Amino acid sequence: MNETTLEVPYEIPVDAHNPVEPFLRMDRMPHIWCPGCGIGTTVNCFTRALLDSKADLDKVAIVSGIGCTGRVAGYASLDSFHTTHGRAIPFATGLKLANPELQVVVYSGDGDLFAIGGNHFIHAARRNMDLKVICVNNLTYAMTGGQTAPTTPSHVISATSPYGVFEPAFNLVALAEAAGASYVARWTTYHVKQLARSMEEVLKKKGFCFIEVLSPCPTLYQRRNKMGDGLDTMKFYKQASKVRHGAPTSECALTKSGEIVVGKFVDRDRPGYFELLNAQMTETLGERYAEPEVVCGNC
Amino acid sequence: MHADPKGVLTGVHFLDGDHACCEGTLAAGARFSAGYPITPSTEVVERFASRIPTVGGIFIQMEDELAASIAIQGAVWGGAKAFTVTSGPGFSLMMEHLGYAAMTETPCVFVNVQRGGPSTGLPTLPAQADMMQARWGSHGDYGIIALCPNSPQECFDLTVTAFNLAEEFRVPVMMMLDECVGHMTEKVVIPEAERIQVTPRRYTKRQPADFRLYEPLADQVPDMVRAGEGYRFHVTGLTHDDRGYPSMNVETQDRHVRRLQDKLKPLANGRALSETENLEDAEVVVVSYGITSRVAQRALQLARQQGIRAGKFRLISAWPFPEARIAELAGRVKAFVVPELNLGQMVHEVARAAAGKAKVMPVTHAGGGVHPPETILNAIVEAVR
Ligand SMILES: Cc1ncc(C[n+]2csc(CCOP(=O)(O)OP(=O)(O)O)c2C)c(N)n1
Ligand code: SF4
Ligand SMILES: [Mg+2]
Repeated sequence: MNETTLEVPYEIPVDAHNPVEPFLRMDRMPHIWCPGCGIGTTVNCFTRALLDSKADLDKVAIVSGIGCTGRVAGYASLDSFHTTHGRAIPFATGLKLANPELQVVVYSGDGDLFAIGGNHFIHAARRNMDLKVICVNNLTYAMTGGQTAPTTPSHVISATSPYGVFEPAFNLVALAEAAGASYVARWTTYHVKQLARSMEEVLKKKGFCFIEVLSPCPTLYQRRNKMGDGLDTMKFYKQASKVRHGAPTSECALTKSGEIVVGKFVDRDRPGYFELLNAQMTETLGERYAEPEVVCGNC
Repeated sequence: MHADPKGVLTGVHFLDGDHACCEGTLAAGARFSAGYPITPSTEVVERFASRIPTVGGIFIQMEDELAASIAIQGAVWGGAKAFTVTSGPGFSLMMEHLGYAAMTETPCVFVNVQRGGPSTGLPTLPAQADMMQARWGSHGDYGIIALCPNSPQECFDLTVTAFNLAEEFRVPVMMMLDECVGHMTEKVVIPEAERIQVTPRRYTKRQPADFRLYEPLADQVPDMVRAGEGYRFHVTGLTHDDRGYPSMNVETQDRHVRRLQDKLKPLANGRALSETENLEDAEVVVVSYGITSRVAQRALQLARQQGIRAGKFRLISAWPFPEARIAELAGRVKAFVVPELNLGQMVHEVARAAAGKAKVMPVTHAGGGVHPPETILNAIVEAVR
């Protein structure tokens, strides 16, 4: 499928059913996700991206919050942290600051990252913290039974909006850009190649990077809204998506059944947290400044 | 092992409790702190923010206490010794992550400089009304350690102890100051680095293939690893088995949750930290901690002058509660007098341990000041009547 796969020095077991097995905790299979769920597809793309980026897997850590997507950390064969609801980003911030040689990926759901964790998201973006945030946006709180999320489009029926959502939803890519993210992209689980490439790109980019992946939750969201199953959702994504790289994020809001603008919207260089820290401290403290050495040296 | 001299401000100083606590964190090897400003605790991190760029480490002011209390745990799994600092409303916000630290056995230190509550309460005035919250504030069953300094010198010394106990037991440790102790200025002697004992992290010597993150050793505490070393480990706040994998069943829950409490038993008994005086002949014992212990000292003097055989039991480690010591005393004294800056918290523990064998008298105070010594004296007189 991908030429670079063959060059990578990871051992793929001869009896493997899938070349991504070395990236997963196979002793935890089967996973909890429903048939037709999009989360697994995103994980597949993520493993491709790890493979293609030739990342040193011992130096990649993955941090999740709570939710169906929050379970990703538990299946990734990496140093992995399943934290508390909404707090993956501040946990990841501590991990990254203590140990900057780690590549820290935050992998979580839309409710987790933008409702209870929304404040942490904008602050990490403001700081341009070197985190790669992947949000599986199924437009609902899936784990708890399909309640309204801050991403749920108007008129959608949910467990807590039985007569239809009327609150306006967040446009995540616009929010990320406004808060200061260095990289912002959106794909759907139909766009597996593009998504894997975007993921690979952020693994190589410094600073706060954000990828939104629109993903079906056939069990709760699609079923309740009579939008069919996983396959029907793929057809919908295919038909409704339009690739518009560089589109102004303000024009990319999602609606229940309207156009889905996908692509890479932002790719810019802003100084990162450590750069700014070192510059400021060197300016004010000169020789007296000692660069952070947080990992406890003698213990 | 002894302290890294880079962080140790050896010498004789005139410091308040908050600043002394900060020096304790540095001496203990903490090189990471995350906080959110709140009176009367902010001086701890203000000093850290000023000291750390020349020592080599990170202070980050987070967007709230939820963030601060989980950022330190990320830092710990990255290999740091780390702490956060707060008071009143901030302590309430940290409760979910206190539970996360207990559940995931993440060694870290929470400093709480207690002020009057509930809610915004008395931001600038003392109280000791978070003692039960410190023990029980997060949901579920678990164990923690809480230490109560009563002077700036102890704010330094016990902060080092707090980090050491956190590492030994893999548990969150709370430094329970109060506004008075946090803001009182006294002489603080900081020894040379070689004379400060620091407990290293219990890093495993096993290879990744035969290491299990939550396999308890003989002392019921598992060894640890840090991210980036090839162990590919998993940490979760879900109930987990020895591998760290979620395991949703009664047996795993029972084994894991009981161990979280049981591993701290040595501290409830033989290794409990306390300061005692005149217990040999005591007919009444004043049990106190923090700033109240200094007021009680005066009451004890006055009682002795009146010929009352009054003894002192100062809780230094308040949690785990030193039940065995109190139970033993209960068998040979008439009464315990328990003054606290709250409407009765640790007094319930004293009563539980005394099990009806001695009278237990609370001396309550809603916070905002300290007891007049005479109030405690009156209770002592009453107790032996
Ligand atoms: C503090 C707290 N509040 C509420 C919950 C319950 N809860 C678990 S997952 C979840 C929503 C998850 O939604 P999302 O992040 O979109 O993940 P998804 O399941 O859709 O992948 C909620 C509300 C919790 N675990 N913790
Ligand atoms: S409930 Fe929805 S999001 Fe969760 S696993 Fe099932 S399909 Fe996926
Ligand atoms: Mg969701």
